[in-house]
Amino acid sequence: MNTAYAGTIFMYVATVALAIPLGRYIAKVFKGEKTWFDFIAPLERLIFRLSGIDTKKEMNWKQHLIALLSINVLWLFYAFFCLMFQNHLPLNPDGNPGQTPDLAFNTAISFITNTNLQDYSGESGATYYTQLFVFTFLHFVSAATGIAAMMVVFKAMKDKVTDKLGNFWDFFVKSITRILLPISFVVAIILAFNGTPTSYKGKDTYISMQGDTVHVSRGPAAGMIAIKQVGTNGGGWYGANSAHPLENPNYLTNIVENISIILIPIALVFALGFYLDKKKLAWVIFGVMTLGFMIAVFPSINAEVGGNPAIAHLGISQPGGSMEGKEVRFGAAASAYWGVCTTVTSNGSVNAMHDSMMPVSGIAQMFDMMINAFYGGVGVGYLNFYIFIIIAVFISGLMVGRTPEFMGRKIEAREMKIASLVALLHPFMILVSTAIASYVLVHFPNINWAEKPSAWLNNPSFHGFSEMLYQFTSSSANNGSGYEGLGDNSIFWNVSAGLVMIISRFLPIIGPVAIAGILANKKFVPESAGTLKTDTGTFGVMIFAVIIIIAALSFFPSLALGPIAEHFSFK
Amino acid sequence: MAHDSFIAVKKQIIVMKTQNTLFQAEQVNDALKQSFVKLNPRVLIKNPVMFTVEIGTVVMLIVSIYSFANKGQGSFGYNLTVFIILLLTVLFANFAEAIAEARGKAQAESLRKTREETPARLLVNGKETRVMSSHLKKGDIFICEAGDNIPTDGEIIEGIATIDESAITGESAPVIRESGGDKSSVTGGTKVLSDRIKVMVTTQPGESFLDKMIALVEGASRQKTPNEIALTILLAGFTLIFVIVCVTLQPFAAYANTPITIAAFISLFVCLIPTTIGGLLSAIGIAGMDRALRANVITKSGKAVETAGDLDTLLLDKTGTITIGNRKATHFHPADGVDVQFFISTCVLGSLADETPEGKSIIELAQAINPMVSLKVPEGSVFIKFTAETRASGLDTPDGLRIRKGAFDSIRNTATKAGHLFPADVEAEVKKIASNGGTPLVVSENEQILGVIELQDIIKPGIAERFERLRKMGVKTVMVTGDNPLTARFIAEKAGVDDFIAEAKPEDKMNYIKKEQQGGKLVAMMGDGTNDAPALAQADVGVAMNSGTQAAKEAGNMVDLDNDPTKLIEIVEIGKQLLMTRGTLTTFSIANDVAKYFAIVPALFMVSIPALGALNIMKLHSPESAILSAVIFNAIIIPLLIPLALRGVEYKPIGASALLRRNLFIYGFGGVVIPFIGIKLIDMLVGILI
Repeated sequence: MNTAYAGTIFMYVATVALAIPLGRYIAKVFKGEKTWFDFIAPLERLIFRLSGIDTKKEMNWKQHLIALLSINVLWLFYAFFCLMFQNHLPLNPDGNPGQTPDLAFNTAISFITNTNLQDYSGESGATYYTQLFVFTFLHFVSAATGIAAMMVVFKAMKDKVTDKLGNFWDFFVKSITRILLPISFVVAIILAFNGTPTSYKGKDTYISMQGDTVHVSRGPAAGMIAIKQVGTNGGGWYGANSAHPLENPNYLTNIVENISIILIPIALVFALGFYLDKKKLAWVIFGVMTLGFMIAVFPSINAEVGGNPAIAHLGISQPGGSMEGKEVRFGAAASAYWGVCTTVTSNGSVNAMHDSMMPVSGIAQMFDMMINAFYGGVGVGYLNFYIFIIIAVFISGLMVGRTPEFMGRKIEAREMKIASLVALLHPFMILVSTAIASYVLVHFPNINWAEKPSAWLNNPSFHGFSEMLYQFTSSSANNGSGYEGLGDNSIFWNVSAGLVMIISRFLPIIGPVAIAGILANKKFVPESAGTLKTDTGTFGVMIFAVIIIIAALSFFPSLALGPIAEHFSFK
Repeated sequence: MAHDSFIAVKKQIIVMKTQNTLFQAEQVNDALKQSFVKLNPRVLIKNPVMFTVEIGTVVMLIVSIYSFANKGQGSFGYNLTVFIILLLTVLFANFAEAIAEARGKAQAESLRKTREETPARLLVNGKETRVMSSHLKKGDIFICEAGDNIPTDGEIIEGIATIDESAITGESAPVIRESGGDKSSVTGGTKVLSDRIKVMVTTQPGESFLDKMIALVEGASRQKTPNEIALTILLAGFTLIFVIVCVTLQPFAAYANTPITIAAFISLFVCLIPTTIGGLLSAIGIAGMDRALRANVITKSGKAVETAGDLDTLLLDKTGTITIGNRKATHFHPADGVDVQFFISTCVLGSLADETPEGKSIIELAQAINPMVSLKVPEGSVFIKFTAETRASGLDTPDGLRIRKGAFDSIRNTATKAGHLFPADVEAEVKKIASNGGTPLVVSENEQILGVIELQDIIKPGIAERFERLRKMGVKTVMVTGDNPLTARFIAEKAGVDDFIAEAKPEDKMNYIKKEQQGGKLVAMMGDGTNDAPALAQADVGVAMNSGTQAAKEAGNMVDLDNDPTKLIEIVEIGKQLLMTRGTLTTFSIANDVAKYFAIVPALFMVSIPALGALNIMKLHSPESAILSAVIFNAIIIPLLIPLALRGVEYKPIGASALLRRNLFIYGFGGVVIPFIGIKLIDMLVGILI
């Protein structure tokens, strides 16, 4: 058991140790300073020349958003049609069919938005073409979209900036060529050497000990799996995601993948410090995020390692902890740690069945996604955190008797309007959609749909409610993991979750970029003794309180009816 | 007229100061009435938080009536109680606003009472006619002579007079007002003590600063300040979140087979939305202006008070603000071999006929050293006046003594001409005084040098501490003086100001303000002269002295009735208090929700989901009592906090981070803990009654 704990501690320490130099490197990339990766510059120049992009042309925040949204719309249509007609496209050795329109709608949005909720199974629902040229492609570009949006905000936070906020395409392309590609490359190599397939051949077969013929799906999977972790995507090659022995073969790959999940989100926080030369602020943000992360990690590991009291009641000993839905090669501790990592970062890849975990883990995972700003998805995690900073700055600015200001810019009505709307959006999407699902389930259980609502849930009572709540929380947080007990490949779930994902992806990008852009245009106020410093522990406590209170206040009743009630029902 | 209003305000302020109570019976009655008048939804909609509570109240009224004859929504008594508590919540919030207004209105009412018509001597085409003061219009000219009350605000266009302004400033010493200079303004309600002046009316009836201020306080023209708007948006955001939380809870509960009564829904909602700050927000804003008025400052907008809290730089005139009026004698330095007592008595003799403040200060100092010093001027003495040419003054006695005191080089010239040497020790002393920022006054008797008197600017006692306090607030102080840079530097250092403008011309102030503003800073200044007007208008907070010219008063956004240049410091604190009160009560209000959740959520579900009884950490009596206790706590916290809202949270200049820590602890942590205790106590009482 101690090795299990040691494994998780090692993973976290190693992540932070890698994240600091990576953060410095990322800051250098975007400052345009020399890095050892400059040999790729000719390739970038070629891409820009072919696309007719002048990276010297700086954009204001509106031009940035127009660029970001228009390219995403393009990808959405591309992905949607590829998925519907994948059976007519090449690289389909297993002869898989095209996706239904509602499933394609859900899947396309799911990958555009960096969510990767997968209502299909990779083995039967996708082809090698869509896996590679839709999913893997979107893994890269959706992650780069988040980083580029975050870079606009970083740039706007600089002292003497007005409305020249850099070039979106420059941020975007460099995010891929300088950050995502190199790291994914390393991870993919490690995975391939540990047994993850990289073959274009179709299914393999073998005859099991019982004499059954077993079909084993293969494919060029290692690359996709690498970027799925590195870019906080989470959409795996196989239906079972990283619990699948070919996707995550052993404890070593588990460590590598788990580190990949939270590496860039943490590194980006340090990148903020290096980029703005405000290292103390970066440490405060990192501290707040880490505190939030630890608050989820410890109870979750404890609950899983402690085992299921209902089973213990039957007099069955659980030396490995609660092992339902977990892989023996990872164990309870590493599975619980992964579960929290994947939910804080909006990654959503899983190496165990979240549906089977203890209610405490359920609370931890859902709470992580409800906050969605402790580390968070690549780029967007900081954008969400930025909204909380703005609200915390506003309230604490007032508390010290000064019109609130952040990084030398006054925060006024317009910024508060945007910040309030964005803060409101996440609870709105989760609660309203879960309410609609509950309403349909209670009032029309046997309506004449292909899949009747009464057949949605695998579990009754509180856990059933958790399944629905988790699905929409995961969609709104652009996480993508699920309580797989839910019958989610049906028109209702495909469409509703699709809408939640796309709204909850782009509004929380537009909001912070707009606020940062508006603030950058304001007069810069130099710091004085009366200015509230934002790089102090006190302010860290303030942000943490704002985050916890907003999330706790919004979600407490719904959590009470789901995992909290389930937890207290265990005797 | 409007001008009488000044007196009334002053009187009102005096009344308030002496009684030193927050609530007066009359105001409370008025506010109680207004609390009901403000229930009008068209009025209440301006406050989104309380408006939603009002909707909830109406719903509860309907539910109460329904439950009288029907079952399923709880007992009639329970519903009625919830209805009454919600109604009280709205009334309490209305009362908070109304009492803040009533305090302003009380001033307005007493103004109207004292607005007795004063007869005015209107001058039309050189002919004098008597009209009532209310008929005076802008541009009219009237005459006032000794014994007349000045009927309205105006500017002297001819003559000079001593005027008793005690009705406004409380100072009994009469002041001199004359045409032409920077002291040409007269105020309605003050009294002419001597001479005759011609005055031009400067404001239309009903448009004076005070009229504007009354309108602001009464709410007729009160607009929300930018900061208030931003906070309202945030609070509306919180309200919306809880609308979502409560509405979606219905299907959730239906899934869990847990029927929730409408009363419970509405109670949960009302408890969660930030009613405490929502109910007190406008009272806080009005109270801010009110506090400024108590400090004898009339503000032209609520925004000006708020801006004051953000000030980065204060421009202060040296004379009157940092130093006491004029230079004063501080030391007698006799030359070697001259007896001290003899030197002092000679200095006194040479200054007795001198009416200048410096001359007077020499006698004061001499008396302080030797109370027995003779103050008799020998009969037949001739006083020699100071002229720019001689740069010396003195006295010639009948028995042939010629005493002179004056500038160093002037006295030295006359001494050397008469063949006397200038003593080296006196010369050294002269240099020492000059380098210390003082002015040396060399004294001679019959062209022989006796010694030197040291004159110094006297820095106001306690001013250095006030500047230190400002520095801790993050406010930079700048001294503006006509002195040469050397003297200016010396005084600046001694008084502890951060910067100074020496040999200042009016445009220097303007340039300094612009320079600071370009660096993103907010600047305040105080001024009285017409040539200050552009700078007053340019400054973010321009405080005009009431004695100043009309142009200055128009240009600034505040008028100080006391003509006290140190007032800026108080104004900054009032502004900060205003923002802090908003911030701390917002924090308190939101932090309260934690406890309310732990009261209401288990109450909602405990019956059908016994496991959730574990969340009832306060061990409240029953679901009904838990809900009632939470809404009762939510309601009574509003009136309990009214005094704090009106007085404002105390500002301590301990640095922003320390202040945040302090307020976060008191209002954040306290805001989490207090309702746990409060709700539990109320529940124990309610438990007995049910």
